[in-house]
Amino acid sequence: MTDETTSRVPASAPVRLGRKIKGLSDRSVAWLFIAPTIFLLLAINIFPLIWTIRLSLTNFRANRTSADIEWVGLRNYRRILTDPDIWNSMQATAHFLIWTLVLQVLIGFTLAYLINKKFRGNDMWTTIIVLPMMLSPAVVGNFWTFLYQPQIGLFNYVVGFLTGADPSSFSMIGDVALAPWAIVIVDTWMWTPFVMLICLAGLRSIPESIYEAAECDRASKWRQFWTITIPMALPFLMLAVLFRGIENFKMFDLVVQLTGGGPGSITELTSINLKREAFEKWRTGYASAYAVILFVTVFGLASIYVKALNKVKER
Amino acid sequence: MKTSHYLLATAVTALAGLGATSAAAEDLTLCWAAWDPANALVQLSKDYEAQSGNTMNFEFVPWPNFADRMLNELNSGGQLCDLMIGDSQWIGGAAENGHYLKMNDFFDANGIKMSDFIDATVTGYSEWPKNTPNYWALPAFGDVVGWTYRKDWFEKPEIQAEFKEKYGRDLAVPETFDALKDIAEFFQGREIDGNTVYGASIYTERGSEGITMGAMDVLYSYGFLYENPDQPYEMEGFVNSAGAVAGLEYYKALYDCCTPPGSSNGYMSEGIDAFKSGQVAMQMNFAFTWPGFESDANVGGGKTGYFVNPKGPDGQQFAQLGGQGISVVSYSSKQDAALDYIKWFAQPEVQAKWWSMGGYSCLKAVTLDPNFPESQPYAQTFLDSMAVVKDFWAEPSYATLLQDTQRRFHDYVVAGNGTAQDALDGLVRDWTETFEDDGKL
Repeated sequence: MTDETTSRVPASAPVRLGRKIKGLSDRSVAWLFIAPTIFLLLAINIFPLIWTIRLSLTNFRANRTSADIEWVGLRNYRRILTDPDIWNSMQATAHFLIWTLVLQVLIGFTLAYLINKKFRGNDMWTTIIVLPMMLSPAVVGNFWTFLYQPQIGLFNYVVGFLTGADPSSFSMIGDVALAPWAIVIVDTWMWTPFVMLICLAGLRSIPESIYEAAECDRASKWRQFWTITIPMALPFLMLAVLFRGIENFKMFDLVVQLTGGGPGSITELTSINLKREAFEKWRTGYASAYAVILFVTVFGLASIYVKALNKVKER
Repeated sequence: MKTSHYLLATAVTALAGLGATSAAAEDLTLCWAAWDPANALVQLSKDYEAQSGNTMNFEFVPWPNFADRMLNELNSGGQLCDLMIGDSQWIGGAAENGHYLKMNDFFDANGIKMSDFIDATVTGYSEWPKNTPNYWALPAFGDVVGWTYRKDWFEKPEIQAEFKEKYGRDLAVPETFDALKDIAEFFQGREIDGNTVYGASIYTERGSEGITMGAMDVLYSYGFLYENPDQPYEMEGFVNSAGAVAGLEYYKALYDCCTPPGSSNGYMSEGIDAFKSGQVAMQMNFAFTWPGFESDANVGGGKTGYFVNPKGPDGQQFAQLGGQGISVVSYSSKQDAALDYIKWFAQPEVQAKWWSMGGYSCLKAVTLDPNFPESQPYAQTFLDSMAVVKDFWAEPSYATLLQDTQRRFHDYVVAGNGTAQDALDGLVRDWTETFEDDGKL
């Protein structure tokens, strides 16, 4: 019986692939399969990164390919880190990032909480709310410039109607004090539905039995909200913040359409500033150093955040 | 047998003939900005197609993206464009980086003389280094910043009377910038034909080159110089001279007092819209826009007048040059056919037709024709303006110099940060750094 079994096993077990492909071990075959992916990763991610770091140490300009390339060491990095205009740009980005995240999380979570309740027309309202995020940022930027137009814009008209101010007395995208808020408002309008959808997924993943148990323990709705809803939806909220944070750090199209970085440089976010350096001024070496600094910043912040997110999930 | 030989010979001849035709005819691509003159050039080029057998294709890019798109194309050695009508400021970079074909030999061989073209356009569009006989383009489209005004409003008796009562002089085309500001203030917020109107539309655009073109248009007449005429690249005291500071302060004052609400980011198309829709009494814009006003239902039919950029406080009068030359891209594999197009385009009769279709010819035979000033309501203003032009840097680093100017001017004029002196001092620092990087300082 035993002999019979052992004689049958090799016949029915899959033949090792390495033996099928002459002279190749299993390890070699595995490498063969993952090699194309590794090659692609090296070609489209790692090589450009290394090349960018190399360029960042030179005075190379892409519009003067025939000129000699000079090795300038860390000069580009020094210039960037001591340039007040770059710091203004970072400040503008931080303002945009913080306020859009705060508003989108607050409004997005509130909407998700309300939509999560059972009521008539629930699906229809969900569809209506998510419409803005389905539009192209360029289109949104363009039509909001019309809405913000002081003479004919609906936004100014509504503000004028509510406050009694003359609609043409203020310009949302032309005033230094208002322009940073103008871009925050548009981004919040467009991307709050995204945060809402993620929060909705979080809220719907909380088992009803937990609330029933809390009811049995006579926990108030307020208590249930703070001890059940928020902790259990927190990983989802943090994920939404991560997605929106990364997206808004590299925000470009919407703001370019709305303000072009102006008035002055008040809404010139780092991505707009970087694009100007790289493709308008053609200071490729300088722009490469700038890109490396931004990459390290985003990568560092995102890594810290992901660690925090994992800790929250483990709880 | 004899018949079959005959048929074979006929077939061979026919094939050879077809082959010869396909070898001679070329598909040429001309790259330019997407605007009215480009549409006129498409129509004009049909004559060339009929005459040469070559086919003309066109790649037009809207102005805000024109430089980005086309400079990328040139810098990457792209073969999309055989002919390029590139902006005047590109000439230094295009010549030094080998993007354009040098055309001296071609001009000599075909009897094309640069002295036949308006001098300022030769310097502005063709020469690099400036003021040397090294030609990289044929002047193709002359352009300059000038002003349009609502002639019909200026002629209203009640408006004339009110203006005279307020300022003690007749309401007329302004000859100085101070007079222009008075008129703009007078019209600002006024009710005309039941609508609120505003003083003037000026360039304030941040992204590409708008506010630089507008502010420079004023600064030149206030004494701004790019550099010491005796010491190239020495800018201290010239870029930020007292006159230049006063000029920039004037531009901000004009923006603050007399533009329509929401004019913080306007360039050519916004100016056209403001003027055609009856929002403004005066408008700063390039001359290429003028033919469009004549044919417009709202402002055409004699309602629009034209005037040269006014004089500064010391009587100096200059205007910002626009316009472009046509060049052959050195990466093109059809350079002979492209040169053939330029040879055709340079002919006086083609240039005359170009002007009649709305293209601003730079050929003296056209512009010095005795009938030229009467040929269009704006023709004399165009001639007078072209006589006083100045242009921005055309250095290979022009894009960097331009972007620094955009930021400094917009920061001061529109955002109201700092003073005019700060802005121009900062500009000297920016430009000095760029020229140091270039090894020119």
